[in-house]
Amino acid sequence: MPRTDIGKLSFILLFAPFALWIVLLIILPQLGIGYISLREKVGPGEYTFGLANYAAFVSEPIYWNTLLRTAWMSILVTVMALIIGFPVAYYIAKIAQRRSRAALFLMCLIPLWVSDLVRAFGWIVILRETGLVSSFLQKIGLISGPVEFLYNDATVVMGLVYTVVLFMIVPLVSTLDGMDNSLIEAGYNLGGSRLTVFRRIVVPYAMPGIVAGCIIVFMLTAGSYLTPILLGGKNSMWFTEQIYEQFVTRYNWESGATFGVLLLVFTSFVVWLGLRLTGQNLASTVAKD
Amino acid sequence: MHDLQCESLSKRFGAYTAVNSVSFNVPRGSFFSILGPSGCGKTTLMRMIAGFEEPTSGDIRIKGKSVLSTPPNKRPVKMVFQHLALFPMMNVGENIAYGLRCRGENKADISRKVAAVLDRVGLPGTQEKQVAQLSGGQKQRIAIARCMVLEPDVLLLDEPLGALDLKLRERMKIELKQLQHQFETTFLYITHDQSEALLMSDNVAVMNAGQFEQIGSPQELYNDPKTGFVAGFVGDSNRWPGRALSVSDGKVRVALDGGGEAIAQAGDDRIAAGSAVELFVRPEVLSVGAGSENRLAGTVESLLFNGASSRILVRSQGGNLVEVGQAVMDGTGRIVPGAAVDIGWSHGHGRCFSVSR
Repeated sequence: MPRTDIGKLSFILLFAPFALWIVLLIILPQLGIGYISLREKVGPGEYTFGLANYAAFVSEPIYWNTLLRTAWMSILVTVMALIIGFPVAYYIAKIAQRRSRAALFLMCLIPLWVSDLVRAFGWIVILRETGLVSSFLQKIGLISGPVEFLYNDATVVMGLVYTVVLFMIVPLVSTLDGMDNSLIEAGYNLGGSRLTVFRRIVVPYAMPGIVAGCIIVFMLTAGSYLTPILLGGKNSMWFTEQIYEQFVTRYNWESGATFGVLLLVFTSFVVWLGLRLTGQNLASTVAKD
Repeated sequence: MHDLQCESLSKRFGAYTAVNSVSFNVPRGSFFSILGPSGCGKTTLMRMIAGFEEPTSGDIRIKGKSVLSTPPNKRPVKMVFQHLALFPMMNVGENIAYGLRCRGENKADISRKVAAVLDRVGLPGTQEKQVAQLSGGQKQRIAIARCMVLEPDVLLLDEPLGALDLKLRERMKIELKQLQHQFETTFLYITHDQSEALLMSDNVAVMNAGQFEQIGSPQELYNDPKTGFVAGFVGDSNRWPGRALSVSDGKVRVALDGGGEAIAQAGDDRIAAGSAVELFVRPEVLSVGAGSENRLAGTVESLLFNGASSRILVRSQGGNLVEVGQAVMDGTGRIVPGAAVDIGWSHGHGRCFSVSR
């Protein structure tokens, strides 16, 4: 019996930090947010409970349009990150020499050493009216006057893809790395064309990595704040910006909390929908045998 | 008619020559093995035939037609990989149907062919099973079925038994041979395990350092090796270094290092009086006591009992350890560790090869 007691104790000790983290930093704050979102202000310091905050969200098209737009652009960013990240990951995991693999991987990590904010300002330096791109294009005579490349959707999407693509590459590299090269060779040997091998062998094998990467990237993008604000300016219409405004500018915590809950629920719904549409489930993604 | 012909096939990686001017023909419907130690270039050779490596020079012909310019997915050779490479995300039926679907055959034909080939490998009705549910031997058969359903001209097998445990490996050897017989397809089998090669093959090529040492039937390789490498690699052999004293009539008189003399057949024609040689004598031709043409005195060091392949280890007076394959070990014998014995064999049973020192 003492053996199992020790086992139990060590399990509890090992599990405790994780449990504390989950409960104190994730579950409790979310419950708090949920609680605040159900509070209606009826007078100074007077509250009742109800769904008025949610009703306000639904009745104000600008709010839910922003949410839909955020989700839509996040999906676009996710797809682009996948399209850009997959070849990179495939190269690192399957084509590059074993020696250069670590170096390549490290190079993907380098952007993370610079703060989010500084990176965004870096883009501003390059893309603003008086920035590098604009003045270079003027110099070679392609454009006659200064052009503003900032503050449009394309720039926001590009900046976001740049920020999150690494989180697509990492899970993809680790899944593709585990793939035996002979599977690909067998695919060719049995008569498959490049496309067939890619479609029927590489992609299905990498599916857990693709799903994991897409979920991470989508969630990060939908919840990102700095990049859309700095690169998109006042017109970026990002949902986190609305949340910030409610909490900070308007000091309307009830409304901000409601938006927070809605963002969580809605992005979770999009992830669930994505899993359903591609026929995957979370269990097979996370716990791959 | 030859299903597969290789002509002075070479492959160099930079300065390293993996395969050095290898030529061989595999007759239709035969079981051909390439036997060699790891790193001898046999895998590179097979990968060239499958099309995954481009030969530096030479030609590969299948049914008389050069396939050098044919990409791997169009070659009429199919391959069973070392770790089988069954697709884990497909079930058994889908694995087998993969090649047929690549060919664009219609659904009805595919399911008929899949069922038929599963029948032939003795696993009928397993289409819906997942690959992970199969045992090692079943996976093996599925991997072969996946290739055979495409009716290839040549089936390449890259040490497919390596991952199996010993008992299963013994059974699979026989099963593979039967499958080959049943499908009447040319099998090209590569292995480092001589018992696999000898047991299953019609012909075996012994490969060493990128070159073929000898091609022949298992009996030829065993009884009439042409080089010292073959004599040492195929089957068990006692191997003693020595010096040739005289050569006549294809017989060599050898002074063994550490004392003793023996007469043996000359294995090659480079042996001259005074040259360094190695003498190979198989354990089963040695006997204890009794008058023989060659004799060596020694002391029994230990008895290694292993049923039919039991051995007596004798330390000769020259200090060489000799394996004697006398199977009689019924416990009543007079051979006990420490006993002085004479071991003998006839002139024709020893084989001598020159050594370049």
